[in-house]
Amino acid sequence: MASLIHCPHCGVRPKEEFSIRGDASLVRPDPEASDEAWHEYVHIRANPRGRYLEHWQHVAGCRRWLVVERDTFTHQVFSVTDGAAAARGTSR
Amino acid sequence: MTAHRLASGGLVDRGASLDFKFDGRAMKGFAGDTLASALLANDQLLVGRSFKYHRPRGIVTAGPSEPNALVTIGRGASSDPNTKATVAELYSGLDARSQNRFPSLKYDIGAVNGLLSPFLGAGFYYKTFMWPAAFWEKVYEPIIRKAAGLGRAVLERDSESYEKCWAHCDLLVIGAGPTGLMAALVAGRAGLRVILADEDFRPGGSLLAETMSINGVSAQALTETSLAELRSLPNVTIMPRTTIFGWYDDNVFGAVERVQKHVAMPQAKIPVERLWRIAAKRALLASGAEERPLVFGGNDKPGVMMAGAMRTYANRFGVGAGKSVAIFTNGGAGYRAAADLAAHGMEIAVIIDSRSDAADVAPDGVRVIPSASVINTKGRQRISGVVVERSGFEETIACDAIGMSGGWNPIIHLACQRGAKAVWSPELQTFLAPDVGSGLIVAGAAAGHYTLAGCLKDGTDKAAAIAADLGFSAVAEAQPVVDGEIAPSFTALWYSPGAKAKAFVDFQNDVHVKDIGLALREGFGHVEHAKRYTTNGMATDQGKLSGINATGLLAGMQGISPASVGTTTFRPFYTPVTFGALAGTSRDEHAAPVRKSPLYGWAQKNGAVFVDSGLWYRPAWFARDGEKTWRESTDREVLSVRQNVGLCDVSTLGKIEIFGPDAAEFLNRLYCNPFLKLPVGKARYGLMLREDGMVYDDGTTSRLSPEHFFMTTTTALAGGVMSHMEYCAQVHWPDLKVRFCSSTDQWAQMAIAGPKARLVMQALVEDDISDAAFPLLAAGVVTLKGGLNARLFRISFSGELAYELAVPAGAGEAVADAIMQEGRAHGICAYGLEALNVLRIEKGHVTHAEFDGRVTPDDAGFGRMVSALKPDFIGKRLSTRFGLTAADRMQMVGLKPVEPDKHIRAGAHLLREGAKPSTLNDQGYVSSACFSPTLGHDIALAFLKSGRERYGERIVVWDKLAGAEAVAEVCTPVFVDPGNAKLNA
Repeated sequence: MASLIHCPHCGVRPKEEFSIRGDASLVRPDPEASDEAWHEYVHIRANPRGRYLEHWQHVAGCRRWLVVERDTFTHQVFSVTDGAAAARGTSR
Repeated sequence: MTAHRLASGGLVDRGASLDFKFDGRAMKGFAGDTLASALLANDQLLVGRSFKYHRPRGIVTAGPSEPNALVTIGRGASSDPNTKATVAELYSGLDARSQNRFPSLKYDIGAVNGLLSPFLGAGFYYKTFMWPAAFWEKVYEPIIRKAAGLGRAVLERDSESYEKCWAHCDLLVIGAGPTGLMAALVAGRAGLRVILADEDFRPGGSLLAETMSINGVSAQALTETSLAELRSLPNVTIMPRTTIFGWYDDNVFGAVERVQKHVAMPQAKIPVERLWRIAAKRALLASGAEERPLVFGGNDKPGVMMAGAMRTYANRFGVGAGKSVAIFTNGGAGYRAAADLAAHGMEIAVIIDSRSDAADVAPDGVRVIPSASVINTKGRQRISGVVVERSGFEETIACDAIGMSGGWNPIIHLACQRGAKAVWSPELQTFLAPDVGSGLIVAGAAAGHYTLAGCLKDGTDKAAAIAADLGFSAVAEAQPVVDGEIAPSFTALWYSPGAKAKAFVDFQNDVHVKDIGLALREGFGHVEHAKRYTTNGMATDQGKLSGINATGLLAGMQGISPASVGTTTFRPFYTPVTFGALAGTSRDEHAAPVRKSPLYGWAQKNGAVFVDSGLWYRPAWFARDGEKTWRESTDREVLSVRQNVGLCDVSTLGKIEIFGPDAAEFLNRLYCNPFLKLPVGKARYGLMLREDGMVYDDGTTSRLSPEHFFMTTTTALAGGVMSHMEYCAQVHWPDLKVRFCSSTDQWAQMAIAGPKARLVMQALVEDDISDAAFPLLAAGVVTLKGGLNARLFRISFSGELAYELAVPAGAGEAVADAIMQEGRAHGICAYGLEALNVLRIEKGHVTHAEFDGRVTPDDAGFGRMVSALKPDFIGKRLSTRFGLTAADRMQMVGLKPVEPDKHIRAGAHLLREGAKPSTLNDQGYVSSACFSPTLGHDIALAFLKSGRERYGERIVVWDKLAGAEAVAEVCTPVFVDPGNAKLNA
């Protein structure tokens, strides 16, 4: 787990100010999508070793949801971007 | 007299005599002493008893790796067990006690374990105390625990204070020895923000005990001028008495600063210890090297010490470890120690060298025995001689102290804490730090540079490179000239052959060579297995001295390279950190924030008994004179609300203000029931689902204007719902034009419930709140008499005619007082959580006792609320899946005991009459239960298979925990006013 997170809105802050939700690569399926698509979205997680996109919320700061790209093995953080900006980019 | 204060020399202040006590005996030392150096100056060789065999033990080192000299310092609540005497700074009034001895250090009854030692080998406890099984907990373990161990933890409350801080720097230099001082100077001069941390109370490291001169000045003078310059630099912070104990992600270091551990009476205004987290762009590990002990017969007696420690005691503290010292060495360091001790006038009895071809020069007239082995030592509580073997011939040489030097181990602990493995160096015969990237650079002796000139140069060069890397320009330094350097090489010796007594590897845990051999023979040869099987390296010193020798022995016994054996895992902390420092200010009532409702003061003066509810302190009931139990108060409050009127603080509900042209659309997607067409001036009960179709939270949301909604959540999930909404707004639907913020703390909110609620409220509100003007579920802004604007909602949790009134937090207490004043004539009472709970169970209203994460809206009787028309909402898709719509799901019902005096408790399970209790026969469970003063018997809400079809059926309420059973009748969950006549009054 990283010790410091570079929040795009607040700067470098200690990890205790954040809470982690999980996989940020998942996109909420269409309400009409198949049972399998919804089952995958709600229940199935990859738990990879290595690079991982994760949703973190800066709960004790700007309260924005962020997309943190980090390595689950080395704990290196590659990028931190705003979650809404990332979501707009995925054309939903 | 063996150990003694030398006539002159050392960095102690001989003009400042300090009185201290050891095991009650008064002693004297000097300012600048450690407890260990002062004990030696008083010829106190015996300082502790070993962990297992209770063998007499003395001081081995002059630093933080000390395995033996652990003492308890202080008395009562502020005593510190397992304090290393070798790092404890002496102060006037210091009160130290030895540990693990009974009745006294000198005559210790536990020493009988030493006689039993043939039976106490590695794994002894595992093998012996296996039968009978019950004996382990009751008999064996208490006895073993009493006999083993070191210091005892204190049970009293620690009266001292601690704090935590952050620090930031360009370069953190760990260790203020020759390497660290040069590095800090170079980086400081170049303009970097530098923190120079050192665990000692006096910065300087090995320079403080060095006799070599640098550029013609003494090492101590160089230390002083370097520190003076560093102090003059505003960008440099020197932190003495500070141990960097951990290296964490993103180059954050953990450190503990002992602010007031060296004073008899700490000032209350400042902490005794401070826990630092240091975020460093770069760090330089200049932690030096540890001298390696030698493993020989009888090597654990008081008087056997590291040769380098003897040198430190003589040069830095002006203390001789003995009058006549034998040196056992495998390298140049032993000769240097001999030379320094001789220069102080101590006799060198002999130098025993394990090598055959040493080129090192012994002091004049000192006998050197090459190719020799120490096989035993003479004496019990102090050394009287050393038994040497060479080519099959034994010789006993008289001496009163033995200095051992087995080579050097770089202190690489921090560099290996994040998973990188130490690397064996065949040339240096030791483990070096792996390359861990640019964040942490290892320098000086910690990097295997053992000469003083090498340390000075390495510190300078590496700091200059770091400065350049960070964009600073460092000035090139002239290379210092060191006079009197010795060759630091050695030939590794893992075991001195032919031992005629126990040869200890780990002094603190009493592990000797044969234990390591046994571990190997019994299949525990992997270094991590051997550690756990023998406990080598598992004591409070974590194998700082013993780890490398265990590796060497395991390698030697198998005929393989130490590289193939490796080291055990390095983990934080480098040295033990007190719980006080880790807790900081987060203790007692400060362990968690205290949240008090704006109506806390009102509740207090009305006699509230408070209960912890998350971080909140909420009134549980309001005790009146003569009421002896919570039930008496609660029953009165419930009846008063049903008959007259009551006031309850509901400020802890989560409150969220929602704005924007898409606010209605947002709520419509968030709740499972429709919100798009909620009229302005109306409140609506809303159910939020999780994406898996289960109920997440509930509450009321009111439309105050077309683009402004006011939501309430449950107290428990106020934070969770806020985060959930933020996730939905930011990640799912970032294009919705909606903004919201929590206003939980901004509003004081109170429920006024009971048949006389309108009488009371109309007297306080300017607006007309008759049923016609302000019917059930009306919501809006009203003006209170006196002009204050407030929000009024006609909503009811109790089932009575009820309002919720929200006023700005600061006005809360005054408004509550006014309501109580107005209500007095109508018999108003304050009611608490217990009454609130009874009232809602009587009315069949749900809380998180029902919504426990396994319940769908239909299970709780809200099936028709779930919109089939909305194209999407959170939880829509999976709420229709198979299993969530099954007919035999557990549905919420009411229960009442068939015999009215029987009790029903929450958590009980439901069984058909005559069925055996089993998982297969489980029909459901009780979620909420209480005594209903309105009905005069217990009632309960429960989830029962196909429950709504089973009204009138008898069911067994089986409560294994309480050992009770009752037969209940299944009924509607609404026990009071099922026709809502009272609600709509």
